[in-house]
Amino acid sequence: MGVVERQVADRRDVSATVPVLDVSDLAIRFAAHPPGIHVADGVSLSVGPGKTLCVVGESGCGKSIVSLAVMGLLPKPAATVTAGAVRFEGRDLLALSEHALADLRGDRMAMIFQEPMTALNPAFTIGDQIAESVVRHRNCSQAQGRARARDMLERVRIPAAATRLDAYPHEMSGGMRQRAMIAMALANDPTLLIADEPTTALDVTIQAQILALIRQLQTESGTAVVLVTHDLGVVAEVADEVAVMYAGRVVERGPVADIFDDPQHPYTIGLLGSMPGLGKRLGRLAAIPGSVPPPEAFSSACRFASRCPFVTARCTSERPPLRALGVGNHRVACFEAPVETISGRVR
Amino acid sequence: MLEMIARRLLIALPTLILVSIFVFGLQKLLPGDPVLVIAGEERDPQVLAYLRELYRFDDPIPLQYWAWIKQVVQGNFGASLRTGASVSALIVQKLPVTLQLAAFAMIFALGIGIPLGVFAATRKGTWVDSAVSTMALSGLSIPNFWLGIILILIVSVNFRLLPASGFVSLWEDPWRALQTMIMPAFVLGNALAATIMRHTRSSMLEVLSQDYVRTARAKGLFEPAVVWKHAFRNALIPVVSIATLLFGELMAGAVLTEQIFSIPGFGKLIVDGVFNRDYSVVQGVVLCVAVGFIAMNLLADILYVIVNPRLRGTR
Repeated sequence: MGVVERQVADRRDVSATVPVLDVSDLAIRFAAHPPGIHVADGVSLSVGPGKTLCVVGESGCGKSIVSLAVMGLLPKPAATVTAGAVRFEGRDLLALSEHALADLRGDRMAMIFQEPMTALNPAFTIGDQIAESVVRHRNCSQAQGRARARDMLERVRIPAAATRLDAYPHEMSGGMRQRAMIAMALANDPTLLIADEPTTALDVTIQAQILALIRQLQTESGTAVVLVTHDLGVVAEVADEVAVMYAGRVVERGPVADIFDDPQHPYTIGLLGSMPGLGKRLGRLAAIPGSVPPPEAFSSACRFASRCPFVTARCTSERPPLRALGVGNHRVACFEAPVETISGRVR
Repeated sequence: MLEMIARRLLIALPTLILVSIFVFGLQKLLPGDPVLVIAGEERDPQVLAYLRELYRFDDPIPLQYWAWIKQVVQGNFGASLRTGASVSALIVQKLPVTLQLAAFAMIFALGIGIPLGVFAATRKGTWVDSAVSTMALSGLSIPNFWLGIILILIVSVNFRLLPASGFVSLWEDPWRALQTMIMPAFVLGNALAATIMRHTRSSMLEVLSQDYVRTARAKGLFEPAVVWKHAFRNALIPVVSIATLLFGELMAGAVLTEQIFSIPGFGKLIVDGVFNRDYSVVQGVVLCVAVGFIAMNLLADILYVIVNPRLRGTR
């Protein structure tokens, strides 16, 4: 399938279905930062049923904090949502009571974290921790919860699932723990799974297994997945849609084919260029000059301006809106896009 | 687990021997002649020489120690130099009294210290946290004897609510026992409660910032389950060992508390023993306390393994 046909197909998909998760203009600030500084600033994302959205960016770009905000797990009182809306299955999560939100968490929407070594409670067995979530949301007996936990361990392909139920986290390897985390997250068949760098802490071979596992469980259950990552290889592997974040903002989003074949934002272009490929090495690996500004130095204009080879006067005074580009859902927050208009104008 | 206990017991053995040597030696270093104590008013040199011979006070000290320790391992601590009563019998008689006081004080300290510590940690930085910390600080700063006397004055003398002194065994009359124990247990336990509260608070604060607490919230658990099940279970690990190791403080405090409330326990026995130069009593009691301390250390190790699955051997 060519790029264009795939775009058309994607567009039809999106228009045919209501998104499971729809984040619009989300702004989050930390109490410790100076007033007016937002670690997430006007972030808009959405993901349809059964689809995978990858949120990409360097560390500190706000991708993790956005996923925590969706789950209602922002550290309190350090961080607060100051603007925007998070709609999940049509409900406004930000307007829900703490109690109603807790009813959704672990049931309709679930989350897995980066560090399988510390994300599981060392004092309880794997079986207890999975069963706990089942009993909490399904009002079933402990025995039923345990039976479900065993089924889930089998589904995530943990060998000897029945005996592993009584294992403590420290008795398992990192990959096995992450499988157990996935089993726990998917135990109640959620419609949304948020995975925050789920493979970053794992060995490369295990990474691929975990990704394949998530992918397969997703096809089986039709769960929508938001995968937060900085690894473009992972994105190419699993994404339907991609949102590229930089310094608290989404700078480009669209179907994965568009982002990889036709990147429009200078940051995305730089990011793709800095991705090491297989095969013969052709000179030095490209790098984006400069570094991500700390939140204290976030500007209200384009935040990439200081590192951008195509920067103009407008970029340093005005915020570029996330605007649609051509066909499909490809959107970019750059005054100078599409790139055809600026090629040959590199500073 | 059994292997661990056996290993600890083996380690405890040399400790015990060292303690016994120390206890015995310390007595020999004290000024004053025990023979004069035994003889009382008697000053006849012949009698004194006879007593010296009888108690083998002129033997080389290692020989004296050997004679003493041989009896001790058979459960015989000798006779009180002053009254002639069996020291073992005295210990058996007084130990339950102090154990009852210590148990009440510990229950009070844990019952107050742990909930307050958790409460303060979950409300870190609020006025509740400051209030609890201030309370703990005053609990640590107020001297036992002062608190005891003030309590007796107010509660017993002015309001006549509780008995000012005495001891009733819990097995004989639980209600009276409770009445006589409230004030001493409070006096003895309040400093411990403050210590336990502070350790619980800092331990909880550390645990509450852990990833698995966030996981528990991500499962949709309500805050009480997150705090009391997932966080508390882990925060308890250091608190358990600290509480067991506070046994020493408990014993030191019991000496004072028993004096204030005229409780005929271990503390009173040891104070009277020291004042009377009743060496065999002091030796027996101190050795008993030392054994108790070693036992508590062992208990701390065992509890530590029970609350911390990471220390259990893999199956």
